Amino acid sequence: MERRNPIFTAFVYACALLLAIVILAPIGWLFVMSISSAADLSAKPLNWWPDEIDLSRYRTLLSTIENSAGAAFVASLLNSLKVAGMATLAAIAVAIPSAWAVSRTPTVSWSLYAVIATYMLPPVALAVPLYMGLAYFGLLNSVFGLALVYLTILAPFTTWLLKSGFDSIPREIESAAMIDGARLDQILRLLTLPLAAPVMATSALFAFLLAWDEFFYALLFTSDLRAKTLTVAIADLAGGRVSDYGLIATAGVLAALPPVLIGLVMQRALISGLTSGGVKG
Amino acid sequence: MPGTWITTRAWLLMLPLLVVMIAVIGWPLVDTVRLSFTDAKLVGTAGGFVGVDNYARMLGGSNFQRALMTTTWFAVVSVAAEMVLGVLAALLLNQQFRGRTALRALMILPWALPTVVNATLWRLIYNPEYGALNAALTQLGLLDSYRSWLGEPGSALIALIVADCWKNFPLVALIALAALQAVPRDINAAALVDGAGPFNRFRYVIMPYLAGPLLVALVLRTIEAFKVFDIIWVMTRGGPANSTRTLSILVYQEAFSFQRAGSGASLALIVTLLVTILAVAYAALLRKAAGAS
Repeated sequence: MERRNPIFTAFVYACALLLAIVILAPIGWLFVMSISSAADLSAKPLNWWPDEIDLSRYRTLLSTIENSAGAAFVASLLNSLKVAGMATLAAIAVAIPSAWAVSRTPTVSWSLYAVIATYMLPPVALAVPLYMGLAYFGLLNSVFGLALVYLTILAPFTTWLLKSGFDSIPREIESAAMIDGARLDQILRLLTLPLAAPVMATSALFAFLLAWDEFFYALLFTSDLRAKTLTVAIADLAGGRVSDYGLIATAGVLAALPPVLIGLVMQRALISGLTSGGVKG
Repeated sequence: MPGTWITTRAWLLMLPLLVVMIAVIGWPLVDTVRLSFTDAKLVGTAGGFVGVDNYARMLGGSNFQRALMTTTWFAVVSVAAEMVLGVLAALLLNQQFRGRTALRALMILPWALPTVVNATLWRLIYNPEYGALNAALTQLGLLDSYRSWLGEPGSALIALIVADCWKNFPLVALIALAALQAVPRDINAAALVDGAGPFNRFRYVIMPYLAGPLLVALVLRTIEAFKVFDIIWVMTRGGPANSTRTLSILVYQEAFSFQRAGSGASLALIVTLLVTILAVAYAALLRKAAGAS
């Protein structure tokens, strides 16, 4: 689209290189820190690449020897998986019937706006009663309690994504089946839901990422290994007196791995989700 | 008959969602309103009715006013920078060059990195003794002695904004890029033939396609930035000398560190009101933009 003059081409490549460096340098450094020895990391001038690659921190963090740093890390990893998994399943389960109903029933479509509006609420507006409520039911410091709280974020979000998914499935298919004598539950089970399966999978992955990323509620409502999630464990490491920065970096790499892999694999779905404004930043 | 039955059926299908939303959003919000008029503590005392005392004290206090300034500054600067950098990156990624597909894929990385990991990463980069920023600037001869980027009130907020921008401008870039790809090639080519310069082509050919999606990104990013908590908590906890204490951090301290549930709730509702005003103003803007195009 531009005139292909050599100066312009050189300028484009220079900018592309700059952008690549800006994106890659911080992430690359996180990885380098995780494989450098403590001596390399505290050297002055700084060693930008380790003399010897040191993978011991990955072994430390992924070991399950009792009462070790690894056991605490693995426990928080499992807590994150449990909380994000349960919250995602529950959110999808309540979102499917509602999203379908909103998509097919113009008279109730206004209710979707009420649901989306709650997404704007700052978590601090709900935090105090949620804390008191969880305490009352004995659900503080519990993966179930935290998963329940995550529905405040995931339920509106998945309903919104699924509704636009159902919108893209022509309702004529459903009417045709209806005329052929199929019952509503048969239509949904055999026709609509299988057609919506890709959208449901995408929504579930986005919801999982949101829950995996969540920090504020996890910080408030969990206190030890029984429920503490990965984000809180990493914030503890970063804010505590851990003297080995490489260990903190290693925890960061491990926590970032699942979402980064999901992000790279799902690029296409991600970008179409972004452009419809459906994904939180 | 069918009309009402279909509406009733819709409500029945929405029942599980409504129950969940009332339990985890509706009730807590109403209870926050109730608490905001009491002097309740987080644990123990239920507290008595104190009228609008909490609101008067919070709105009149210097802590709130300063946190409001800090939040506004953080939101305006970081969102503005993200928009500009995002559009520039998108214009670049819309050019033909080798490695373009790979570079586009890379843009996903900062977005996918969990916020807490991003904050931790930048905290390590800014480290006053061993941080990469100090090392790089010193080795390039740009800095005489190591600085405590997050430890000085003058630089902490800017350092946070840089970290936040780095994570979020690629998202804006991807949104803008998708919009750019919708610009029909022949219109751009025609403008080129008619002798339109790069600036005029951007203003009159590309901008109409970019405006809508960018406005949506602007709305979402501003609201997110106004609610900011995670990145600040992990990097500075609102310090040094409260120079990075935003509204959400202030609410956290009031309600949870000092356990003053009543005044914390009133502060939280003030923040909610501000976010709502922002959202409504933006919604009006979006409607106007949709009507104009």
